[in-house]
Amino acid sequence: MRVLLFGRLSDAAGWRERIVETPPATLSALRAMLAAEDSALGEALAGKGVQVAVDKAIVRGDAPLSAGAEVAFLAPMSGG
Amino acid sequence: MTVRLQTEPFEPGALLAAFSSGRAETGAVVTFTGIARAAKGAVERLELEAYPGFTDAEIARMAEAAKARFALDDVLVVHRHGPIAPGEAIVFVATAASHRRAAFEAADQLMDYLKSRAPFWKKEHGPGGARWVEPTETDLRDAERWD
Repeated sequence: MRVLLFGRLSDAAGWRERIVETPPATLSALRAMLAAEDSALGEALAGKGVQVAVDKAIVRGDAPLSAGAEVAFLAPMSGG
Repeated sequence: MTVRLQTEPFEPGALLAAFSSGRAETGAVVTFTGIARAAKGAVERLELEAYPGFTDAEIARMAEAAKARFALDDVLVVHRHGPIAPGEAIVFVATAASHRRAAFEAADQLMDYLKSRAPFWKKEHGPGGARWVEPTETDLRDAERWD
């Protein structure tokens, strides 16, 4: 599973992209895993206006994740 | 319809020449070029982050919608990402239609949507450090005119 962070989220985490070797089965489990490793990032991911895309499609709420999924956390967008 | 996301600089004149050539039935071509502002020295460099495959798909959706709404013959959007220096072109929009009103309005709407709703993350680097930018109230209101 690939996890990507965009905008201010990558500043908060100190990374932009990582491979998760033991992929959680749901988005909420992935959030919990990331928050357990880095509580500041966990808070940032739950922040106002943060959206999630799974395999480049926006999802709302929880979602099942396949082992090969690409999960992107999107900070509020600036526009072009 | 063409949507291109690229890190390389582009030449607006060359894009216009290519876009408008061979259009015997198109009466009107309107273009807009957005240029990175120095903001009186406050911005030394702009960094525009995109999500390739997601950002361009969303822009294509906006361009398709404008094409249908204004019955355009064609649309071209070229958008840069990565580091951009003041004075460099960031975005180029061209619309082709039978009549000028549709071409003007389509370019206007597309730019309002791109400025406020396109999935980019913009960071300004200046003498005082770096800051993330979000759409201004004006940008948001401009886009709402077309909803």
